Amino acid sequence: MSAGSRLENANPVIFQRSGERLLTASEEDEDIHDPIDDREIFDLIRSINDPEHPLSLEELNVVEQVRVKILDEENSVSVEFTPTIPHCSMATLIGLSIKVKLLRSLPDRFKIDVHITPGTHASEEAVNKQLADKERVAAALENSSLLEVVNQCLSARTV
Amino acid sequence: MAADSSPQLALVEEFVSGLQDSKAKDAAKGVKDGQFTVLQLVEALGLSLTSSQPHTRARGVQLLSEVLQECSGELTEKEVEVLIAFYENRLKDHYVITPAVLQGLRALTKCPALPPGSAVSMLRSLFQDVHVQSLMLAERSCVYNMLINLMETREAELKGLGADFVFGFVQSMDGERDPRNLLLAFQIAKNLIHRGYNLGTFTEELFEVTSCYFPIDFTPPPNDPHGITKEELILALRAVLAGTPKFAEFLLPLIIEKLDSDVQSAKLDALQTLTACVSEYEHKDLAEFLEGLWSSLRREVFQTSSERVETAGLAALAALTSCLSRSVLNSDSEDSLSSFLDLVLKDCKHHLCEPDLKLVWPSAKLLQAACSASHRASHVVTAAVMPALIEQYGSRTQCSHRRTLLEVVQRFVQSVKSCRSADAAPDEGALSGFREALCAVVFSALSESNSSLQITATSVLTSLAQHAGLLSDSDVELAVDHLTRLLLTEEEDRVSLAVVESAGALAELHPAAFASKLIPRLKEEMFSEPPENDNRKASDSHHAMRQRCLSALAAVSVQPGVVRESTPVLLEVLRSAHAGGGGFSVDEVVLACRSLQRIAEQVQDTEETGRCFHDDVVPRLLSLALQAALQGEESPRSPLTEEAVLTAMVPVVSTACSRLQPSLAAQTAASAVALFLDGDVSFLPDNSFPSNIRLLKEQQGGAPGRSRMVCLLMACVCSLPRSVDVPQADRLLSELEELSCSCGCPLSYTSAAKCFAGLVNKREQGDSLDGLVRRTTDRVCRELDCSSSPGRTQAFTLMIWVAKALLLRYHPLSTALTNKLFSLLDDAELGPAAADAFSLLMSDSPDVLNRGGHADVRIMYRQRFFSENSAKLVQGFNAAPQEKKPNYLKALSNIVNKLPKQVQVTELPALLSLLLEALTCPDQGVQLSTLSCLQPVLVSPPPALVQQLEALVNRLLALVCSPAMSVRIASLHCVHALSLLPVHEVLPFRARVLRALAQPLDDRKRLVRREAVRARGEWFLVGSPGGR
Repeated sequence: MSAGSRLENANPVIFQRSGERLLTASEEDEDIHDPIDDREIFDLIRSINDPEHPLSLEELNVVEQVRVKILDEENSVSVEFTPTIPHCSMATLIGLSIKVKLLRSLPDRFKIDVHITPGTHASEEAVNKQLADKERVAAALENSSLLEVVNQCLSARTV
Repeated sequence: MAADSSPQLALVEEFVSGLQDSKAKDAAKGVKDGQFTVLQLVEALGLSLTSSQPHTRARGVQLLSEVLQECSGELTEKEVEVLIAFYENRLKDHYVITPAVLQGLRALTKCPALPPGSAVSMLRSLFQDVHVQSLMLAERSCVYNMLINLMETREAELKGLGADFVFGFVQSMDGERDPRNLLLAFQIAKNLIHRGYNLGTFTEELFEVTSCYFPIDFTPPPNDPHGITKEELILALRAVLAGTPKFAEFLLPLIIEKLDSDVQSAKLDALQTLTACVSEYEHKDLAEFLEGLWSSLRREVFQTSSERVETAGLAALAALTSCLSRSVLNSDSEDSLSSFLDLVLKDCKHHLCEPDLKLVWPSAKLLQAACSASHRASHVVTAAVMPALIEQYGSRTQCSHRRTLLEVVQRFVQSVKSCRSADAAPDEGALSGFREALCAVVFSALSESNSSLQITATSVLTSLAQHAGLLSDSDVELAVDHLTRLLLTEEEDRVSLAVVESAGALAELHPAAFASKLIPRLKEEMFSEPPENDNRKASDSHHAMRQRCLSALAAVSVQPGVVRESTPVLLEVLRSAHAGGGGFSVDEVVLACRSLQRIAEQVQDTEETGRCFHDDVVPRLLSLALQAALQGEESPRSPLTEEAVLTAMVPVVSTACSRLQPSLAAQTAASAVALFLDGDVSFLPDNSFPSNIRLLKEQQGGAPGRSRMVCLLMACVCSLPRSVDVPQADRLLSELEELSCSCGCPLSYTSAAKCFAGLVNKREQGDSLDGLVRRTTDRVCRELDCSSSPGRTQAFTLMIWVAKALLLRYHPLSTALTNKLFSLLDDAELGPAAADAFSLLMSDSPDVLNRGGHADVRIMYRQRFFSENSAKLVQGFNAAPQEKKPNYLKALSNIVNKLPKQVQVTELPALLSLLLEALTCPDQGVQLSTLSCLQPVLVSPPPALVQQLEALVNRLLALVCSPAMSVRIASLHCVHALSLLPVHEVLPFRARVLRALAQPLDDRKRLVRREAVRARGEWFLVGSPGGR
């Protein structure tokens, strides 16, 4: 991002990061099956970088653990995300990043639903529709400049 | 031709007409050896120098120049004068001659007999007759070298040329493109600036001609033989640009402009150059650019996308502020520091009052950078910021807000500190006005229930305590009360960890308060009876409280005054555990030993603490252990007989003996030897022991309690400095050998073997050592060769430890033992143990044979062992029957694992096929250790590995679904590491890897899934836009 350009929201509210998930004895035990749970899904998406700020989606409170639902048995995942301001032009891009991250990180048995927290964005419906449309998501990822931005959001932050 | 009478003629002929370059060397040699003089050579050259063919003239001058280059030291002043006149004249000649002329002039500049005035005339004709930038690379370099040579020897004359010299140089370097020549040119420019040449009216020209390269953008070509790096150029240019305040008016606008750049490295360079240049500047140089600089710096820190730019920006701000602080004020000028700080405060201070917004941290960091710059800046900034922060803390109610504010306060306290150390007036610290308010904030935060608030408060407390003379005695006492309360009541681990750490830091500075208040209180609480058994929760929390107290006791014991109070408490824990009072568990006793060990490690080494350990702690420990060991079967078992407790006592004794007061340690060791060999108990306290105790003889049919005491003997005698002699060493060694071969208890025979090895390692080189080793080797081999012998395991243990002791000191007899170890890899019973033993041989052991215990450890013994034995291992592998092969693979990966990485990378090609074989070996232990030795190598793999990627990827992907969780995780680690290899190498595998990694995404274990997600995410980025 060029230094001269103005940010839409230069001084956003920052939220605390949750710590690493604590390792339990049962996770180290070979014989116990650990089901995929909400926290595991949240851990997948919380460290995604914001396209504008050098901050993670968790720090901007765009994603929260309470807005992540997984039903392991029924093979479905649902994630709600909250843009920082109602007119955020990056909402689709953020949604796409979350979707791509989950597609890459979850077994293909899951149906993945990513949408905006109801009532938090001006063009909520349009964005949700785009994110739910498999073909549009696939087409977006064919676009190399869009894929570049998504990959940057998903890369480990460079120091 | 009269070659014999005048060899120079022949040489000239062969060089000029025969075009034989080597003749120049011969000619130079001729001059040096005195066969002919330079004058005679010139005479011989006569015809070639006056030839009408420019190429012949060039050849003639070249010969002369090359000879001069070799013998410039032997010329007389007269000769030099003539030669210079000749060369200056030749500069006007045909262009093909110029390279040879410049070469000659350069040789003459090195000449010690340069007549006065010749430097000036040389330069005048050079600048007048030669256009440097139309010359070739080598000739340009020649010109720069001339200038450098003359600047070294004829500084005064060059300065006499005045600004003409600068102008000549500016013209010569204008347009230079080659990095090698640029380095030379920058060096000349730096000399011009730093040695006080008169730049005159050409200051701006000199700046222009150098600053056009700023910021440096240079990528050396691959396989660059000259080895010039971007970093070198940057530093050379920075030394020029930042060298003089005269450049300020040109440089500062340039920096402001470059800070606007989108290129990360340009920003970084600009910020670092700013930091460098302001150290030379005064405030009047900066005055008109302050606002521009500040707004650029603020933007870089507020909107930063890289931590390096942010750090550089903060450093630049600190440098700028300290430059302004240095300036001397005139009565009529305004105070530029305070007006600059006003600017900073105006833009940043209000953000501090919004603790939940993003800009609070960037603002705080900027203010802290300014604050750390000088004493005055500290005063101004803290006076403006602290009241607001303290007031905000009082008015905010949300814990997260308060915590952020407190963290900001802590950073301010720290940044004030860093500049305080240089100042001599301790009572006028910038913080002294806020002491009361700050203490009130800290103590109120410590009383909150929110744990992160408590943790932050402890670190503020630590930072405040670092300011000498800031906290009053009553503040410290109050702080100790708070810390004690938290230690006794706070259940959360993070908080108690922070409290213990803070207590340790405070106790180092204020020992008295801790010795008199904290320790008695902790003792009282620790020795209170645990609650009744039926209340599980209460007894757990009692146990946790004791743990916290034990670690706090260790943390605060840095100063001797505190150690004197704390060690008796810890020993009392051991004593009452042995006596059965207080209900101390084995865990708690082990922790008490750990605390003693930590104290022995960290305490200041004084006579007093040494006495405390050697007169009190060590004898008491030995006495307690002995009492427990002698206890009959009938009485209830003391926790001190537990193996865990004994092994925890070992490092206490060995640290005390290795670290504190060697003379005292020698006494302790002597008494210990007397105790173990002769049953001399006179030095032990509570002396009520029977008279003839034989600790190194195994009791027939008795409990192994006594013989296990040998581990404490090991701790005493094996950690002594090498200068200290162990008394009765021979008798001790033979009894130890006997015990280690005959005893049935694993702890006893292993400790005896270790103790034996520790003594062998330190024993003086010579026949007695060789004889001892030979006898032991024979005995061990005899035992091992007899497959039905009951003592094989014992003999094996002794063998490994002695082998290690000898290997560490490069003793030649170690080979016999290690060869025996190699042959045991085929042994049906001991084969796997032999493979594991290589890991023991190659790693540092914590209790004996380490550098901390003054053992004789030669550098690189691992490499040496590896290079001497790797072929043996490969041979053995090829010859071994199928079912024994895993032992060899395991031994190999055990050895390779412990080698330093550089060695691994160079040795890997030879072993690669073996390691790949090991990955297909069904033994999970072999798989795991091979994976762990492959993983670090994958970070920068040798070419041999890259050629085998296909085989490697196949084998790794097969292991991703192994039944063992640890193998799955380790192989995923390796697959992840592969994704970071050069894209063109790994791109062909992308689709296959992504498909293979889909399965572990649904693994039943979460830890495996986590690694699979990481690896798969990275592989998606391979060859993808925005990825890698």
